[in-house]
Amino acid sequence: MPVTVKIPTQLRAAAAGDAEAQLDGDTVQEVLEGLFERYDELRERISDGDGSLRRFVNVYVGGEDIRFLEGLQTPVADGAEVTILPAVAGG
Amino acid sequence: MAVRNLKCRECGTEYPLEALYVCERCFGPLEVDYDHSRLADGGIAELRRRIQAGPQNIWRYADFLPLQGGQPGPSGRLASRVGLPAGCTPLIRADRLAAELGLREVWVKNDAANPTHSFKDRVVSVAAARARELGYQVIACASTGNLANSVAAHGAALGLESYVFIPADLEEQKVLATGVYGTRLVAVKGNYDDVNRLCTELSAEREWAFVNVNLRPYYAEGSKTLAFEIVEQLGWELPDRCVVPIASGSLFTKIAKGFAEWREVGLVDSPDGRLPRMNGAQAAGCSPVASAYAAGHDVCRPVKPDTIAKSLAIGNPADGPYALEEARRSEGGIDSVDDDEVRAGISLLARTTGIFTETAGGVTTAVLAKLARSGSIDPEERVVLVITGEGLKTLDAVRGSFEVHAIEPSVADFEAVAADGLSEAASSAAHVPSALRSSRPGLAQLSTAAAAR
Repeated sequence: MPVTVKIPTQLRAAAAGDAEAQLDGDTVQEVLEGLFERYDELRERISDGDGSLRRFVNVYVGGEDIRFLEGLQTPVADGAEVTILPAVAGG
Repeated sequence: MAVRNLKCRECGTEYPLEALYVCERCFGPLEVDYDHSRLADGGIAELRRRIQAGPQNIWRYADFLPLQGGQPGPSGRLASRVGLPAGCTPLIRADRLAAELGLREVWVKNDAANPTHSFKDRVVSVAAARARELGYQVIACASTGNLANSVAAHGAALGLESYVFIPADLEEQKVLATGVYGTRLVAVKGNYDDVNRLCTELSAEREWAFVNVNLRPYYAEGSKTLAFEIVEQLGWELPDRCVVPIASGSLFTKIAKGFAEWREVGLVDSPDGRLPRMNGAQAAGCSPVASAYAAGHDVCRPVKPDTIAKSLAIGNPADGPYALEEARRSEGGIDSVDDDEVRAGISLLARTTGIFTETAGGVTTAVLAKLARSGSIDPEERVVLVITGEGLKTLDAVRGSFEVHAIEPSVADFEAVAADGLSEAASSAAHVPSALRSSRPGLAQLSTAAAAR
């Protein structure tokens, strides 16, 4: 099921300049795996050693922070939008 | 200038001094890096004199702020060049507050005395000045209210366009005190964290200076000036402890950084080697940092805010991990108080000091009271309470908290209805107030040399 992943400017150099990518997957984790397969360099930028997200990376599904949902296991529906953003803004 | 570059706080990667805020390698926050090694070459006394001879605003600390061109104006008088003159707010010794809490020495740093009545004028002054150095025509922000006021006003003073994004449920006073400056005000249907996410996305799409997104490394440095002023106003001495509100955690960590920078340069001594203990204050209805502190965690779990302290209602605090680190390193702490305690805190500060603070100040005062009552503060300590905003911005918090006596315009009606409960002092014509004397006479106040010129 195609899902749109929005890539932040800070990561676009590691993603062939792309601002978004269409990927398949039933959960955030599956979608991110697909993203890492397409753009190998993104894996170490976003994930830490044990497969979870780095602490300054936020991921949203339909505008909601996945930490309020089911984390990396959050289901993504067909046509959903997954947004990756830096966590260090605001305040 | 002492400004060197931007540097990732996590991995140390260096970046040029541009509108960047995130490390491309590890997503960590970028911070301004300085070289202060030559600053005191003429001696500490000379450096102190130079600061004291500076303008009566934050630009007296230009050596410690991230502008490449130095202070933007000589005296803070030319609005189109320097914007609004932030800083140099009063530090007031609060003996009656201290007595009520069983403490000896409490000072209130009243940052409501800034041009738009909150500490945000410090950070916006720096960010807006840097935005001009970088050639931006538009400043913008995601705000819980105080920042909105400040960005709109600084835009007006500097002749820059501004866009201000706020949560739709913000207090009416803060909305009115933003729109009046002629900004483009955008009310987002969502909470602050939604506004922040939107602005983070927009910052990639627009050539604007979002003061707390792409200019955040510069903006955050402005908060150090609170620490500098406290030291200067205490006669070049450190307090033992500071109680500071936490929303994103940036103010809290930058005040600590200010103390550390000045000790490193030698502007302030620390005879026992200690820097001030840093105590953070959050509202129980939005306390991701206090909860993580209590649980011993080093990251914060985000929350959905539900508190009257809207200026602190950030459920996903960017500097949460660093605030936790600072509270533990300094042997301070992070506590939370509920909304009734917040109202009681506003009232306590108002009736013992004459300072009317907004809900955030109620949170901070209530946390100080909580620490004092639990015996967490040594009564001999010198404590500074950092009051960040003005009570007139959150009037609902005090509505119904006192009685108004309605009478006919006659002495008889006054005697019948309102004269009850007058204190002996108020009933007596011979009352003489007792002078409260500082136990530390001769404390230096900010130099008035510059103002006298």
